Amino acid sequence: MAALLEVENLRVTFPTPRGPVDVVRGISFSLGRERLGIVGESGSGKSMTGRSILKLVRPPGRVTADRLQFGTTDLLRVTERQMRTIRGARISMVMQDPKFSLNPVMTIGAQIAEALRTHQKLPRRTLRERVLAMLESVRISEPERVAALYPHEVSGGMGQRVMIAMMLIPEPEILIADEPTSALDVSVQAQVLDIIDDLVSRKGMGLILISHDLNLVAEYCDRILVMHGGQVVESCAARDLAKASHPYTRGLLAAMPRIDETREMLPVLDRGAWGQA
Amino acid sequence: MNALDLAGLDVFYRETQVTYGIDLAIAEGESFALVGESGSGKSTVLKAIAGLAPQWRGRIAVLGQERSHGIDRGFARRCQMVFQDPYGSLHPRKTVDATLSEPLAIHRIGDADRRVTQMLDAVGLDPRFRFRFPHQLSGGQRQRVAIARALMLEPKILLLDEPTSALDVSVQAEILNLLKRLRREQGLTYLLVTHNLPVVSFLCDRLAVMRGGRILEVADAGRLRAGTLEHSYSRDLLATSGSHALAPALETSLDAD
Repeated sequence: MAALLEVENLRVTFPTPRGPVDVVRGISFSLGRERLGIVGESGSGKSMTGRSILKLVRPPGRVTADRLQFGTTDLLRVTERQMRTIRGARISMVMQDPKFSLNPVMTIGAQIAEALRTHQKLPRRTLRERVLAMLESVRISEPERVAALYPHEVSGGMGQRVMIAMMLIPEPEILIADEPTSALDVSVQAQVLDIIDDLVSRKGMGLILISHDLNLVAEYCDRILVMHGGQVVESCAARDLAKASHPYTRGLLAAMPRIDETREMLPVLDRGAWGQA
Repeated sequence: MNALDLAGLDVFYRETQVTYGIDLAIAEGESFALVGESGSGKSTVLKAIAGLAPQWRGRIAVLGQERSHGIDRGFARRCQMVFQDPYGSLHPRKTVDATLSEPLAIHRIGDADRRVTQMLDAVGLDPRFRFRFPHQLSGGQRQRVAIARALMLEPKILLLDEPTSALDVSVQAEILNLLKRLRREQGLTYLLVTHNLPVVSFLCDRLAVMRGGRILEVADAGRLRAGTLEHSYSRDLLATSGSHALAPALETSLDAD
């Protein structure tokens, strides 16, 4: 399988008064036309990994890598202008909270159209048709009505589907979804992930799903990277997650209460057990 | 005597009615969960009990005493609330010590120094955190402070609004263990609001499933663990929480060592 994206020895560093701090400490992975999950707790560097692929780490943060290859493009060498033709069009990103990621003063239809128009010149009628078709494919039942609404007029779940529509309308090769459902209700989460899953597999895209939720990632991904303290501590097939060997992964799995819970106390991670926490 | 009695509770936000005729009886020492989606009215019930949603009609009684619609000091001694977000619920310019001493000052309870020290110990916080500000603490430490604050007046009932949903998995386990231990040690009654069904299995004896401001079903947590909830909506809720899938595989692998 040809890799869509190859990352080698990726580091993200932020300067602090007490010297530079590495938030991502030399991680390597490759992504094909598959669903890759990155899990970890707050501060594990999982979001920074996603952002550095799109070169969205703001200064004074610095990204270095031995290799950051996207198809035939070397992402380490592209200019900001070239990057803008990649961002959104070929690699796009769904953010966590639709409330803060949608433009509040633009209608939903106009925002989705803008995502497409930025990268392609299309006649107005085609543009509108594509927008409505896209809204329909994220299972919005009345696309014409919803296209005319403003973001505050729709629910969180619908807002997130609008975000997904916007990110997928230019038909990118890679979709990075950073906690796409953690601002949503449990019952809506599954629905949103099913839509992402369906579109990603239908269009043969690569998906990077970033989340803190092990169960969710295990269910929706083929392969999982577990991150802790800026490093990948475990990499395994999703179906083998329960057999994970690293103490951190096993600790996380054991610390989650289960629906048929009978344990008196939950085992707690011993943070000293594997170096720094 | 029940710890908490609700009868025909209707709560309104202005003209909008949010809950419809909620009836609940929670025994002393029991841990009870309200589950449902956002907008089901589960948090509103807690707010009405705590006095944060004063527009209600019906009956709210705590340990046999009816609650008034206004501010009620005696009520505050018996019943306290822990909020979801430890980042938003602590005063950013008050030290842990000030946060914990304030309820004592309001209720004119002396011996603050000893009580604060004792409480820090009870919630598993090192004494060196006593004079720190919330921004110097991690999320889990802040939630410990929030729980400590709620327990300062030695209430019998704790209202818990999604107490672990803003926390990481490993920190969630610590806080859940803490809540379980405190309940055992101090004989507390819990009313927990959550959408996380595994948390209910771990911490609660009974649960009520809410939807659209009404209680659909009250069941033992045993039925939740066994997956034998009666109402079709409760079953849907159980299906979407999806932790069943991973659990059996994990069990075998943990037994292996």
